[in-house]
Amino acid sequence: MEKFTTLTAIAAPLLRINIDTDAIIPSREMKRVSKEGLSEGLFAGWRYQAPGSREENPDFILNREPYRRARILLSGINFGCGSSREHAVWALHEWGVRAVIAPSFGAIFQGNCVRNGIVPVVLDNLTVESLARQVERDPEGNQVTVDLVQCLVIAPDATGHGFQLPTADREMLLEGLDSIAVTLKLDDEILAFRDRDRTRRPWIYLPSSP
Amino acid sequence: MGRTILDKLWAEHTVAELGDATSLLYIDRIFLHERTGSVALKGLEAAGRRVRHPEQVFCTMDHIVDTTAGRTDDTRMPGGRDFITSTRASARAAGITLFDLGDDRQGIVHVVSPEQGIALPGVTLVCPDSHTCTLGGLGALAWGIGSTEGEHALATKTLAVRKPKSMRIRFEGALPPRVYAKDLILHLISRFGASGGAGYAIEFAGSAVRALPVEARLTLCNMAVEFGAWTGIVAPDELTFDYVRGRPFAPGPDQWEQAVAHWRTLPSDPDAVFDWELEVDCSQLAPQITWGTSPQQGTGIDARVPDPATETDANRRQSAERALQYMGLRPGIPLAGLPISAAFIGSCTNSRLSDLREAAGVLRGRHVASGVRAICVPGSSLVKKAAEAEGLDQVFRDAGFEWRESGCSMCFYAGGESFGLEERVVTSTNRNFENRQGPRTRSHLASPATVAASAIAGALADVRELPPRV
Ligand code: SF4
Repeated sequence: MEKFTTLTAIAAPLLRINIDTDAIIPSREMKRVSKEGLSEGLFAGWRYQAPGSREENPDFILNREPYRRARILLSGINFGCGSSREHAVWALHEWGVRAVIAPSFGAIFQGNCVRNGIVPVVLDNLTVESLARQVERDPEGNQVTVDLVQCLVIAPDATGHGFQLPTADREMLLEGLDSIAVTLKLDDEILAFRDRDRTRRPWIYLPSSP
Repeated sequence: MGRTILDKLWAEHTVAELGDATSLLYIDRIFLHERTGSVALKGLEAAGRRVRHPEQVFCTMDHIVDTTAGRTDDTRMPGGRDFITSTRASARAAGITLFDLGDDRQGIVHVVSPEQGIALPGVTLVCPDSHTCTLGGLGALAWGIGSTEGEHALATKTLAVRKPKSMRIRFEGALPPRVYAKDLILHLISRFGASGGAGYAIEFAGSAVRALPVEARLTLCNMAVEFGAWTGIVAPDELTFDYVRGRPFAPGPDQWEQAVAHWRTLPSDPDAVFDWELEVDCSQLAPQITWGTSPQQGTGIDARVPDPATETDANRRQSAERALQYMGLRPGIPLAGLPISAAFIGSCTNSRLSDLREAAGVLRGRHVASGVRAICVPGSSLVKKAAEAEGLDQVFRDAGFEWRESGCSMCFYAGGESFGLEERVVTSTNRNFENRQGPRTRSHLASPATVAASAIAGALADVRELPPRV
């Protein structure tokens, strides 16, 4: 996985609450058994004029310059709620998003972000709205910085806003770690647990299929 | 200090403490389906990794499969066939148990899982699907994950998880007639918001929950994710044990006593302390209906469409305004009486035998209003068979409902079928998001009984005004 340390970029305000993963990538845009080729379907219901069409809706923020080049999204509470589809994160990543700043996230979406190199930054609503106002004045000039090393968002007006991320998530993003490889370092403990557990809860351990 | 059921299950499954309140948890059961499971299995294959303990991993075909009679691997969704064949090939190669098309055990993952005794009290169970929290209804610690986490669980039999906070919600009082678990959870979400449970594992308790049959508890926990919770759980009790006994993957007679003795130790201790507690009085509750595009935008069927102007929070106001526009509604109009063009009974929320019985009770001897398309999709092939054995299929058909093969179907679009542009649909599913059931489709969430009553009326209807027929 690609590492994330710090990023200064154009931020796009999409200040709706409860943006669900069906909105981020509609079911009809998930056409193949693949993590790729999904960016075209990103926000398809809002981004295009009609269902199934590819004619852009000029009012949608990510269709407008310079937001077409945004790497950071600003949004309302509960961003990424709903379906567990990791396709939402794959689509955002392929489109170019590397950080989402919102007051809260859907839990599964948040976990999916850190496994795919996107930083889910939690900041309170007032701060997100203040960032949005600054950005809107001059989106190109008023860029936002997400510094994962210091866990700090730096607003265009140079104020810093600290944020928190679980330690393991932060390390995974900073180092671009493969979580399976990390866990398998504890394999002896996993196997020992299983052997102890087998006598404690034998009904859990189903016979191997023939 | 006493421990909550979450504390107990957490401790019992902890392989290692990873610091920062994070534990490496042992995962007892993994379930996959052809839409997100296929990607996980393929990802694992591509990385050259193997499924550890394939005998504890299960897979079903539900999301993309066609639900019309005589179905094959072909779907109406372009490319759908590949999801099915790829899943089948990967599942075979990995040696996991697959409930394929044509197998009686096939069905919606969260319906099959309890039906087969795969979900049990006290197990940890994950699935790359957000409604995995359904299984909390049996007293399982079950939650939805992404596909990458799915690969991790398959390869290591564990997941690193930060312990959520604990909340207990007591539903007290007797449910009025024609008010169901679906109404309880819709009411909870409309009252406390779609992120009211964010960061929490929620124990549903109280006299109303104790009185709920197991299938209704599954409905209750199903929508914990619409409440923003990490998961929901109901402590297992005698009803749970009776439900589980004798199911194919449940403990057999030689292990039964030991398992039940263990399960009896799981409920929260009387002096357990929760991070948050709520109490909800159910005795006056009306059947619920949503009016917007978030599950929190709901109210009683006897209410009117609320006026966004009365909303003090600016974000909520804007979201309500957008929702009303999308739904084609004006503030102040009564919800009951709003004409519908379709009615849907199905989904992991409300497609079990008890749901079909309740709906059939309303439909018996009546007919769907003209111009309304009505569809019933049983949650599993076994539910379908059981319903047919007691003649429910005939009740549905006589009333003018389509009677389908099992699957997720028009709960969402992935099967390639959807409701029409700006059609108003009353639905027993769990998500009223924009475009969820079709392009610009307007979904109103409700219980199966309310869906049935509305189908007959041709408009959103108060099921309490329609006496059941036997
Ligand atoms: S029935 Fe609907 S909500 Fe349930 S698993 Fe299927 S698609 Fe998801």
